[in-house]
Amino acid sequence: MTAIAPARPSAGWRGFGRLLTTEAKVWLRDYASPFFGIVFPTIILLGVGYFIPGMRDPILDAPPDSVWYGLTPIATFLPTVLAMAIGTAALTVMPVTVATYREKGVLRRLSTTPMRPQGIVASHLIINIVTTLVGIALALVVAQVAFGVPVPTQLGVVVLAAALGLCAMFALGMLVAAVAPRASAANAIAMSIYFPMLLVAGLWTPGPIMPELLRQIGQFTPLGAAAQALTEGWFESGFPTLQLVVMAVYTVVLVPLAVRLFRWT
Amino acid sequence: MTQPVVEVTNLRKTYGPKVAVDDVTFAVRPGEIFGILGPNGAGKTTTVETLAGLRRADGGTVRVLGRDTQRDPAAVKDLLGVQLQEAALHDKITVGEALRLFAGFYPNPADPDELLALLDLTEHVDKQFGRLSGGQKQRLSIALALIGNPEIAILDELTTGLDPQARRSTWDLVERVRDTGVTILLVTHFMEEAERLCDRLVVIDAGRVVADGTPSGLIADLDTDRTVVVRFTDDAHEPARAVLDRLAAEHPDVTGVAEPNGVPGEIAVTGTPRVLFAVVPALAAADLVPDDVRTVTRTLEDVFLAVTGRTYDQDDEPAHAAEGDRS
Repeated sequence: MTAIAPARPSAGWRGFGRLLTTEAKVWLRDYASPFFGIVFPTIILLGVGYFIPGMRDPILDAPPDSVWYGLTPIATFLPTVLAMAIGTAALTVMPVTVATYREKGVLRRLSTTPMRPQGIVASHLIINIVTTLVGIALALVVAQVAFGVPVPTQLGVVVLAAALGLCAMFALGMLVAAVAPRASAANAIAMSIYFPMLLVAGLWTPGPIMPELLRQIGQFTPLGAAAQALTEGWFESGFPTLQLVVMAVYTVVLVPLAVRLFRWT
Repeated sequence: MTQPVVEVTNLRKTYGPKVAVDDVTFAVRPGEIFGILGPNGAGKTTTVETLAGLRRADGGTVRVLGRDTQRDPAAVKDLLGVQLQEAALHDKITVGEALRLFAGFYPNPADPDELLALLDLTEHVDKQFGRLSGGQKQRLSIALALIGNPEIAILDELTTGLDPQARRSTWDLVERVRDTGVTILLVTHFMEEAERLCDRLVVIDAGRVVADGTPSGLIADLDTDRTVVVRFTDDAHEPARAVLDRLAAEHPDVTGVAEPNGVPGEIAVTGTPRVLFAVVPALAAADLVPDDVRTVTRTLEDVFLAVTGRTYDQDDEPAHAAEGDRS
């Protein structure tokens, strides 16, 4: 307001690099969080592949001209596992971290310093997106090494579906993070969304064997749409317009909503 | 008088129908330890949170280092260190990491190692926050308030929940910090703490300033009565009482003699500030040697009683301190 206090546009983000690295280091000390984001989807993939009989035998009861003929069931399960990787850190880890910081007054403490409290939210977005990408990469490598899953028929569609799915799920996670007053509440809300999401993403009925009604419902959810778009891009030849639009709409609607509803205390 | 570094004028803050701060005005001079004293729920925390720009005021003005923190809360954040009531860090961050992290937010931070030494935390530098004792957490919290090399530090209930020994060493520490040139705004509900530390203070009750001045000035303004308490063994008690009763009847500086219940054999003599000079020669003339002599000192509690008409009974339980002061 006067000449003594010149506007310093960078002031609110001074020290963000240190904040990000410190947060990442401290976050890694909570072994559960990195574990869920990175390893959990791959464990599900390995568990289903090795412990459910017939998952590694080629599908021979589909019509010989269908895209599924000759694939292994575990291969058709991969888009579900990728969707799970996309949704796990976004929904089960990040909102709980942010709500814990709100509950413990960390966000409030930060707001007394020149660093904006947005900085800590941004750092956890970055940490969890990186975790998610590592989780996806791990699942892809293991799927290739352990089960010889074929390469996608439409790589561009797969990348687009994964990117939009990530945006939609992080937008949903941000909304939970924005409104949950306490860590326990964040956890309860996240879990009550996460498990239905896994259902529509095909955890119990992947790709070709998903009942039509579940598929119809699932295409309007962020994670169901992601799994369906990934399946389409990986094995089929169509363009999953509806699913991609659904994910984009979730992102565009939920992000401003989360920003508007976000409570610092 | 030097330009004040904090000026709060007719501050008012309500939460719905509840008035947290009704009308608070005070000014803090550079280099002093200024106290905001009052019972839990009096509006102390709301006052400092508003002046730090963390809350919107409903009325009045707040200026910190000449800047309006209501209009531009970011303007003074580089120069204002705040220690909030509750400790607030990730349980797994270490002392050293927290200090270096916060140092990064400020343009001219203090040396973390020097602060660690100042606050007796050097040996705990690698300890995680969740494993620190209450006193260590408080000291780290103070260190974080000072890491930005602030001109003003706000310390809110910094000894609540500490044992008496930790409390006393924290007081020493606050004085050491003030000696480095930092102006300190101390929020407390402990009379003893305010009396011991503050150069000047305001007493707040129900959102209003009910007294302001130096602790000794406030006490001196109360009235001019002084009390001397003498204690005698059983055989000397009766003759001593007789001597003192006669003194009260004859001597202009002595106004009353009483035997307060409590300690047997004690006699309390009240009078003008010169009452001691009257009591000692009278006892000496009769060769009555008291076992114990003490003068009764008035404290800020008496000031609070005088200005509010209520006794100041705040218990020292952390649980109580934690619940009230948000309002």
